[in-house]
Amino acid sequence: MDNFSYLFAAFTVIWVALFVYVFILSQRQISLKREIDKLKTMIKPEAK
Amino acid sequence: MKRKLLIILSGVLLIAALYLVLLWVPTDAIQGNIQRIFYFHVPLAWVAFLSFFVVFVAGIMYLVKRDMKWDYLAASSAEVGLVFTTLVLVSGSIWAKPIWGVWWTWDARLTTALILWLIYVAYFIIRSYINEDNKRARFAAIIGILGFIDVPIVFLSITISRTTHPSALIFKGGLAPEMLFTLLFSIATFTLLYYVLFTERLKIRRAEEEVKKLKFMVRK
Repeated sequence: MDNFSYLFAAFTVIWVALFVYVFILSQRQISLKREIDKLKTMIKPEAK
Repeated sequence: MKRKLLIILSGVLLIAALYLVLLWVPTDAIQGNIQRIFYFHVPLAWVAFLSFFVVFVAGIMYLVKRDMKWDYLAASSAEVGLVFTTLVLVSGSIWAKPIWGVWWTWDARLTTALILWLIYVAYFIIRSYINEDNKRARFAAIIGILGFIDVPIVFLSITISRTTHPSALIFKGGLAPEMLFTLLFSIATFTLLYYVLFTERLKIRRAEEEVKKLKFMVRK
């Protein structure tokens, strides 16, 4: 009655999904920060 | 600093929760080890309900104040809620197979939970189809408010209808002290994780708005 394979499957799905979601969020943050920095440098010379 | 501390704390608490669930809490006498899914399945459901409550409140606040910050709050919380609801459905299905013999049954609890998931999938589909900010926020707020009606229905489905889903043992005192402690610890951990994910998603949404504004300035 132990069903370890199901327990392993459930825990794997939960943890992998959470890690993937956290990874997606962090990658999105990094790319947005790069984009913001790039756009700011494009605005600065025009302001001068 | 506070942000990094919260991220580290939620990571440490998640590892501690894993230890409690896999090694510390006693094995259930009836279901065996598979019952350990319960200590993540219930907290995931709690966080999903909490996130949709935030969507509900933020939706009302948007309709009252017409301030976009409430729309950002609602959308960020809805996304985290959708991730957690997906995990509730998947973990519940994996738990059901060895216990009920089927991956899925059209039981009241499962069906209402699936409807909840579909409501918030629709929430994002509608958001993606409307380009005008205020119109999108208004429609999303209405769906978020109406969609939340399903949350108490999901919660009460096990008491108002005949169901194969187990009843809420936590309110009946049917859990051993170690089991109750592990469950509450896991609920607290997942609530903190929700807060961390929600604030990170909110930061992304604000950054996206900043990009929009900067692009507009560059074009000028």
